[in-house]
Amino acid sequence: MQSGRKIRVLIAKPGLDSHDRGAKVVARALRDAGMEVIYTGLRQTPEQIVETALQEDVDVIGLSILSGAHMALFPRIMELLKEKGLTDVLVFAGGIIPEEDIPELKKIGIKEVFGPGTPTEKIIKYVFENAPKRA
Amino acid sequence: MFDKQKIEEIAKERERWEKSTLPNWIKQCPERQKEFRNHSGFTIKGLYTPEDVKNLDYMRDLGFPGEYPFTRGLHATMYRGRLWTMRMFAGYGTAEDTNKRFKYLLSEGETGLSTAFDYPTIMGYDSDHPMARGEVGVCGVAISSLQDMEVLFNGIPLDKVTTSMTINGPASVLLAMYIAVGDKQGVPREKLGGTTQNDNLKEFFAQKLCIFPPKPSLKLSVDVIEYCARHLPKWNPISISGYHIREAGATAVQELAFTLYDGIAYVEETLKRGLKVDEFAPRLSFFFASHNDFFEEIAKFRAARRLWARIMKERFHAKNPRSMWMRMHVQTSGCTLTAQQPLNNIVRTTIQALAAVLGGTQSLHTNSFDEALCLPTEESVRVALRTQQIIAYESGVANTVDPLAGSYYVEALTNEMEEKAMEYIQKIDDMGGVIPAIEKGFFQKEIAESAYRYQKEIEEKKRILVGVNEYAIEGEECPVKLLRVDPSVEKKQVERLQKLKRERDNRKVKEVLEKLHYAAERDENLMPTIIEAVKAYATLGEIMDILRKVYGEYKELIII
Amino acid sequence: MSRVEELVKGVLAGEKRSIAKAITIVENNQEEAQRLIALIYPHTGKAHVIGLTGPGGAGKSTLIEKMIKEYRRRGKTVGVVAVDPTSPFTGGAFLGDRIRMQELSTDEGVFIRSMATRNNPGGIAKATKDAVKILDAAGKDVIIVETVGAGQSEVEIVKVAQTIIVMHAPGLGDEIQAIKAGLMEIADIFVVNKADRENSDKAVMDIQAMLQLDEREKAWNPPIVKTVALTGEGVPQLLEKIEEHRQFLQKELLHKKSWEKAEAELIEAIRDKVTSSIIEKLKRERRFEKVLQQIVNREIDPATAAEKLLNQELE
Repeated sequence: MQSGRKIRVLIAKPGLDSHDRGAKVVARALRDAGMEVIYTGLRQTPEQIVETALQEDVDVIGLSILSGAHMALFPRIMELLKEKGLTDVLVFAGGIIPEEDIPELKKIGIKEVFGPGTPTEKIIKYVFENAPKRA
Repeated sequence: MFDKQKIEEIAKERERWEKSTLPNWIKQCPERQKEFRNHSGFTIKGLYTPEDVKNLDYMRDLGFPGEYPFTRGLHATMYRGRLWTMRMFAGYGTAEDTNKRFKYLLSEGETGLSTAFDYPTIMGYDSDHPMARGEVGVCGVAISSLQDMEVLFNGIPLDKVTTSMTINGPASVLLAMYIAVGDKQGVPREKLGGTTQNDNLKEFFAQKLCIFPPKPSLKLSVDVIEYCARHLPKWNPISISGYHIREAGATAVQELAFTLYDGIAYVEETLKRGLKVDEFAPRLSFFFASHNDFFEEIAKFRAARRLWARIMKERFHAKNPRSMWMRMHVQTSGCTLTAQQPLNNIVRTTIQALAAVLGGTQSLHTNSFDEALCLPTEESVRVALRTQQIIAYESGVANTVDPLAGSYYVEALTNEMEEKAMEYIQKIDDMGGVIPAIEKGFFQKEIAESAYRYQKEIEEKKRILVGVNEYAIEGEECPVKLLRVDPSVEKKQVERLQKLKRERDNRKVKEVLEKLHYAAERDENLMPTIIEAVKAYATLGEIMDILRKVYGEYKELIII
Repeated sequence: MSRVEELVKGVLAGEKRSIAKAITIVENNQEEAQRLIALIYPHTGKAHVIGLTGPGGAGKSTLIEKMIKEYRRRGKTVGVVAVDPTSPFTGGAFLGDRIRMQELSTDEGVFIRSMATRNNPGGIAKATKDAVKILDAAGKDVIIVETVGAGQSEVEIVKVAQTIIVMHAPGLGDEIQAIKAGLMEIADIFVVNKADRENSDKAVMDIQAMLQLDEREKAWNPPIVKTVALTGEGVPQLLEKIEEHRQFLQKELLHKKSWEKAEAELIEAIRDKVTSSIIEKLKRERRFEKVLQQIVNREIDPATAAEKLLNQELE
């Protein structure tokens, strides 16, 4: 990492899902690993999430969802990211996402899905290794 | 309870044992950990003796079941007379789907209904609202109008069942709909029995389903308490909840303390309306989690009963013993379920359910083993129900009251639980009460810290999660069939809503919504007007929009 | 066209992606940053920059949200820079201020950026100042810089602004002590939030008392505005006071303040350039290490060592 340059991560809660324990634990873990974490708070629309990612010029987006609505919301988010030219941002997801949905999600550009029980160390390592290297 | 001299003798012998027998044994076989702590952080000793409970006074601290301080149970015979209610949380898809699931569960032996609503309903949005996109019927049943409610309880006589509804911000609306269904069925309102969760305070730091700011949210909760005290004598207007506080990451003692404090706040607010404490307190109910540490949970339930009884007697001067009853519903802990090796969850749920029963709960929900993956299937929810039935009929634990009373460990733990909870209660009192504490972020900080610490303990293997950080299976495949909600549910709901809006008397709806707006601005109890509105088939969203206009919407304080 | 030139073109057109990328550059990259600022500097000086600071829990983010809404109602465009502290232990930061403003993130006329202090002495104030310049050049009418008024660097940050609002709320604990001495002196407007509380009047009186203790001749008497950020009450009045201050500055002090700011920035820039170039040269020539060893051996003290090095340098 260049001196002074930090990895900026957006942790987002799309849709009406109100379970934020995991999102907050991950946000804190990433902060403690030296990253700058922007948290959107609950109940974000895809438009709000993408706009935030753009204005904050984030390197990584983590989407947290436990309500089962991921198959409806994630495609819209990925579509908007493409529209706004944010195609080099690393996107990962976590929460309650059945294994059988993961191939479809990877196809639309969600690079990794971290299910319940994933150690935060694993997520931190993944972000360090896969965040886009920007000039 | 113990002779002072005998205690001294035991103490002397215990010292001897600690100096001779114990170290010899430890040399051969060292203890597995440097120290043992429960979830609340209490140090667990290797051995408990009468010394640990030497100040226990049977009549003062335990008493007899059915009598103050109710530590041993609310009723004299407890489960010998009547088993706890087996009340399984259920709901998904359309009202038809859930009606089917209700009937299935009743036929399999559950003894009470419990309704899970979908996120749009919980947040006061109709199924056709833009925020509802992708969420309709996905994690609960979609209810947008009285019409849906009528379908939900089709063929279910409301004078023969009790129904719990997990709904908070819009609780008054859903209760109004339930009342309207009862009216239509010809059931007298005094016979309607059930519970609305209606605990808006905990939303601000636990379940996070807050719609309005703290003050109006509290008002709406108390509206329901007041209305039921006067008009619905069999209804539990509120289920003061610790479950969500625990699930958000709190420890057992935090769960206990914060829940009791919310209870204190609701009592204080309701008293301000001019009601006497004995007029409404008997119908206050509580909702706790049952987590992994078996004895900690049992101690928590017993301490809860004793503490609440003391609070009602000493702080609020209740005279009616029923006002001092802590009637509780318990749910086994969702956050302890693992996605890995899901069948293990049956074992976890069993231990947690057993703790709830030994803790003397009035009502119990057991989680299904696949709930870390999706909503329960018919097969998995049946196993969860059977778990309760096996405990009830085969294990023998229900055949005597409060069997663990007198255990040195359990009584010591119960005492410590009560003591530590009281410290928290004092702290919140010093802060000026629950709303100042929420605004200062006190609960949020405590919970975030506990949640983070728990995660760290798991990652450092100080806390073992079988199948996850120990005994895991590399490259495990999901062995179970998952419940998927049909995506056409959303379309169906939207069509139904549009049809309703075309066919109802829209002039009447407009009139009653204006009436509601007026009543809300004048700070009246909104229940009667809301009942009128739902009967005119105003939708949930339309009613909640009026309230959003009057009260504003809430943005949370974030503490990680 | 180089990358920087492309971005500057975008910034001047108010294009959000370019603004975002430009701010990232000034936060991280020394070389390109200077070039970028050089290109946009002629286009700055139009926006009204407001600094908002105060203890945590006073309701700053909630108030900003209402201020933005009111400015938007009046047809103004708004930029926000929300600054949060970097953890001195981990180097990371949790940037949560925009949560209260999220509804506005999809408003075309609003741009919100969260920045961490990154614990660079003098460094953050520079990056924030540069971010403000970028938003200024992008055409924002009003720019609000939000920080927690706790430490010394926060006072620095607030000097980026023309109108400085110091915010307080009753019940935050040690009432007026919570407003550090430095902040009391630089405030142009005081806001007492949560004015619907019983003890809000006391908070107002406390501030008035402290102001009276300050016997200096003042051309501008800082008004105290009461607000209820949750409902937006008091916000139109606050905007009126801000506008009054802006006009006051234009008449009286804007020139003087601009002059002072320019001087401070020039001196800082010279200091940065001089120290970095000299130290780099010294390090390259190994004299640095030799002298370090002497200091560690207690043969010479740091100040005398610096003098020696510089004198050798200047010879």
